[in-house]
Amino acid sequence: MTAVEKRVVVNKIILALSTLSAVIAIAFLFWILGVLVMKGVDALNWNIFIFEGAPPGYEDSGLKHALVGQVILITLATVIGVPLGILAGTYLSEYGKNSKLAHFIRDISDIMMSAPSIVIGAFVYAIVVMPMGHFSAWAGAIALAIIMIPIILRTTDDMLQLVPGTLREAAFALGAPKYKVIMDVVYRGAKAGILTGVLLGIARVGGETAPLLFTSFNDNFFTTDLNAAMPSLTVTMFNYAISPYEDWQQLGWAAAFILSMFILGLNIMGRLILFAGKRK
Amino acid sequence: MIDKIFSNLTRFSALLVLFIVAWIFTELYNQSLESIHAFGFDFITKDEWAPNLDKFGAYAAIFGSVASTFLAMLFAIPVAIGVAIFLSEIAHDKIKGFFGVSVELLAAIPSVIYGMWGLFYFVPIIRDIFGGMGIGLLSAGIVLAIMILPFMAAVTRDAMNTTPDILKESAYALGGTQWDVIKDVIIPYARAGIIGSIILALGRAIGETMAVTFVMGNVHHTPSSITDPTTSIPVTLANEFTEADSSLYFSSLFGLALTLLIMSFMVIAVAKFYFLRKERRGS
Repeated sequence: MTAVEKRVVVNKIILALSTLSAVIAIAFLFWILGVLVMKGVDALNWNIFIFEGAPPGYEDSGLKHALVGQVILITLATVIGVPLGILAGTYLSEYGKNSKLAHFIRDISDIMMSAPSIVIGAFVYAIVVMPMGHFSAWAGAIALAIIMIPIILRTTDDMLQLVPGTLREAAFALGAPKYKVIMDVVYRGAKAGILTGVLLGIARVGGETAPLLFTSFNDNFFTTDLNAAMPSLTVTMFNYAISPYEDWQQLGWAAAFILSMFILGLNIMGRLILFAGKRK
Repeated sequence: MIDKIFSNLTRFSALLVLFIVAWIFTELYNQSLESIHAFGFDFITKDEWAPNLDKFGAYAAIFGSVASTFLAMLFAIPVAIGVAIFLSEIAHDKIKGFFGVSVELLAAIPSVIYGMWGLFYFVPIIRDIFGGMGIGLLSAGIVLAIMILPFMAAVTRDAMNTTPDILKESAYALGGTQWDVIKDVIIPYARAGIIGSIILALGRAIGETMAVTFVMGNVHHTPSSITDPTTSIPVTLANEFTEADSSLYFSSLFGLALTLLIMSFMVIAVAKFYFLRKERRGS
């Protein structure tokens, strides 16, 4: 075999291996998606939305408690996390700019984004649950908000920087004070981008289980009391899945399907908004 | 006036991020003081974890975290690089788009679902092949590998795509095959980015809780084979945090959380500052 032939053969082998790995990856991923959809659709019915948790074996059991709890937790986390994230991002882009402090905050925030979420849960347990003496929806929401802030901060910072400097200068030339320039010109220009960041942040936080395990804990019954343990889809899913009861496991798959669809929807919506904003 | 308030409000929010990070470290440290005083370095070198005797050694959990992450990397890196090569050099545009959508789909799936899938569908297969319970280090490593694969493949592909076409074209003009171009042009050019992305994925894997909690077993023993059930730091935290009944037990769990935080912080910092610096400044 000549050197050239050898290279051609090696090339073919490597390319075949690389295609094979892509096929393996796709196969696994479709296996998981397939299981999720089949099991999820199979377990879906109206009772899930009407009834709350029940002991295993009962006909009338559902996920109403977890669905409502999940919405409450995410809403609270959004209310706490989004304003802080947007304001912090505004500081980096409009005030801090290229200063050492701003870069330092960006770096730390980036590292925060990948910090293990269960550690955040332990931290919130120490600062909220221990002083209060019991689990609460507030604790869960605070843990989620801490995870959310770096995501919102990053996208806000990036999106505000995309607004052309000439727009700001034009507004300043008209005599507008800086906060007015930011509120009426910069925010308006970056509206689509910021909204996308918020949606992606919510989507990211919506699938978190670990930080809720010992902050909002779980509850098998419907509650709206923010000072008490609050059920969530993710923790409910975890508890039902590791239980030995088949009907609970079924509910677990239904919860998995509903949650995935919700998060997928947020992702798609975020991208559509960004796409529409760009086309304009 | 309003101007001042607004600018201070934004500055306060930005500084709050730094403050929270510092607070997390100090709070976890303070909470684990009791355990640090009681055990010192034995905490990370001894593997006897006996809550009934008030003895806590985290070696098995730390070993489990490192070993499961190592296994996950072992499985995921070659496949991810293969997928990245396929996507950046071989695949047709339509397939690229299709795969892009699939990655987004998978990023949308919460990690707890990977864990459920692992427990109900993957563990039985491992059990049939290797015997035993099926729950253990090997299952955890594989489920983790599958979970980080899309992320790893996507960022590796992005790093490879930064290679300027003109470099590739000149290599082809010299008669290089695709593989020659990949190994002598693209991989050297994108090396820092590829390594950085892989370390970033490693950082995610080491702190991942839900995907492995189902399939690890939570047995505080350094395993003698990769199919033995064992535990890891996040798994121990997830299973025992709400059951701890003595203050030393609690303090030891906080010690575990602090250990995990420091491990992941270092891993991510290395990826960010050492390998991805150039890329970051550019963006």
